[in-house]
Amino acid sequence: MTDIALTADTTFRPGTSDAEIEAAAAKAARNRRRTVLFWRWVILFVLLGGWEAGARLGIIDEFFFSRPSAIWERLVDWVVNGTSEGPLWLHLWVTMEEALVGFALGSVTGIVVGIALGRNRMLSDIFSIYIKLINSVPRVVLAPIFIMIFGLGLASKVALAFVMVFFVVFANAFQGVREADRNLMANAQILGAKGWQLTRSVVIPSAMSWIFASLHVSFGFAIIGAIVGEFVGSRHGIGLLINIAKGTFDAAGMYAAIVVIMIVALAAEYLMTLVENRLATWRPAPLHDTQ
Amino acid sequence: MPAIEASASPAVELINVSRRFLTPDGKSMTAIRDFNMSVARGEFVAVVGPTGCGKSTTLNLVTGLARPSSGEVRLFGGPVDGIDPRIGFAFQTDALFPWRSVIDNVVAGPLFRGKPREEAYAKAREWLARVHLSGHESKYPHQLSGGMRKRVSLAQTFINEPQILLMDEPFSALDVQTRVIMHDVLLGLWSEAKASVIFVTHDLEEAIALADKVYVLTAGPATVKSVYPVALPRPRVVAEIRYQEDFIALSRTIWDDLRDEVERGAARDEAVAA
Ligand SMILES: Nc1ncnc2c1ncn2[C@@H]1O[C@H](COP(=O)(O)OP(=O)(O)O)[C@@H](O)[C@H]1O
Ligand SMILES: [Mg+2]
Repeated sequence: MTDIALTADTTFRPGTSDAEIEAAAAKAARNRRRTVLFWRWVILFVLLGGWEAGARLGIIDEFFFSRPSAIWERLVDWVVNGTSEGPLWLHLWVTMEEALVGFALGSVTGIVVGIALGRNRMLSDIFSIYIKLINSVPRVVLAPIFIMIFGLGLASKVALAFVMVFFVVFANAFQGVREADRNLMANAQILGAKGWQLTRSVVIPSAMSWIFASLHVSFGFAIIGAIVGEFVGSRHGIGLLINIAKGTFDAAGMYAAIVVIMIVALAAEYLMTLVENRLATWRPAPLHDTQ
Repeated sequence: MPAIEASASPAVELINVSRRFLTPDGKSMTAIRDFNMSVARGEFVAVVGPTGCGKSTTLNLVTGLARPSSGEVRLFGGPVDGIDPRIGFAFQTDALFPWRSVIDNVVAGPLFRGKPREEAYAKAREWLARVHLSGHESKYPHQLSGGMRKRVSLAQTFINEPQILLMDEPFSALDVQTRVIMHDVLLGLWSEAKASVIFVTHDLEEAIALADKVYVLTAGPATVKSVYPVALPRPRVVAEIRYQEDFIALSRTIWDDLRDEVERGAARDEAVAA
């Protein structure tokens, strides 16, 4: 049910059939996709090629910046033989577990508290000051405290990921509830919605786009929480790999770890977009008539 | 209260109702004052008045979404206590749930009120057929034209079989042709349902074409300035009625009355803006 994409600058001669117009539009769309893809690859090759050449010619200091081929070899080595600290998958899994558990707990709590305070003026007036207060603490300074309280294992990283995620999701859920259309609320109430029905059928759906926007960024925050926690103290995880690489002045190892994290974060972002599109079929599709 | 008296009492009664608001700087502002109105069962009442005079505020008092500062609102002889299930409301702006399909919008009321799903959906399909929207069940509101959305809204409201129907400038956002079609749809539905209607509008011709009685309000604070009975025979065809002699005569009489208030309202708005 999308509109036919027609380039705005095309005029068809009189008597052009629908089929011809559709074919032309499909062709234009294909060409466009190809151009975009082409330039994306060109930019990637220029950047990586420049880096590699610069490193080999001595313009870029390999000691600090490594080079793409060395990073690639390190990645292959990690995947095939494992790292010096054990299999790569173990570290990746540990970091993911910390981030995912922290993300799940943080976002669920954020949504619930955000909606509860958003729906209740009195509660929000009372608690807003405390939330501002805690929110003003830079999250990473909590890492040593959590490690002291929860130890070197999973719990301390989950706690850090949780506080990173919670406030973002909370703030958005709260705002989303506050922005719920008063007309829709009144309509639902007059149609017969009471208490929880009203929350479920109007408040939550209208807050949903706000909440999703926050989930997008906050998964990245959960990974940050997990990795910072691992820097400060851990026995496993990608953060530990980066820490060890730093200790041995192993630039390739550090960049390889970063690449692993990048891939994970991109995959998560992709999944999230997929879920969101499934849930938001009701939203108008963006119009395609200007190219 | 004796049963006989209750069954004879009007559908809606506003008795000396006033409503004040607190402005942002803490002052009290009167939106409606000493407002008296009585709508008989099955009667179609139209309310016209200058913008901002307090029409929407008045309707909100009848729904129970807001309470009067003084005076009393009665429905079928009883006091208003919370949102009354016998009331249906048609909004000026789009109040369909954008995340629900057409059929899920229409079925909302019965489901909120605890009807079984099967029954509710069967009834919703029936109502969609009545407003000529069969085949559009699974579309979302943004995929419909303004007139179609309005018909979904009407189905959504009528499916609850309200005994009192409040309409707040429901067709003002539609183009003229669509509006005339909607008038006929509304009159058709109303003549079957026999609900009591309060129809707020700023369009005097619309008011006369639809209603049994036209209330003219003063510029804010709103009170009833005058009431005009409309003796045009029913069933009416809205597209043609506006060319009849007595329609034109009546609309001239009421407009003379209304114009003073519109001018007074505009003058007041300018004074506030200055
Ligand atoms: N919730 C509110 N708080 C304060 N003032 C309000 C509120 N609702 C309406 N008013 C004021 O009451 C007056 C009447 O408003 P309204 O009933 O919406 O007018 P109408 O529907 O006739 O155009 C306006 O001056 C408006 O600013
Ligand atoms: Mg209004």
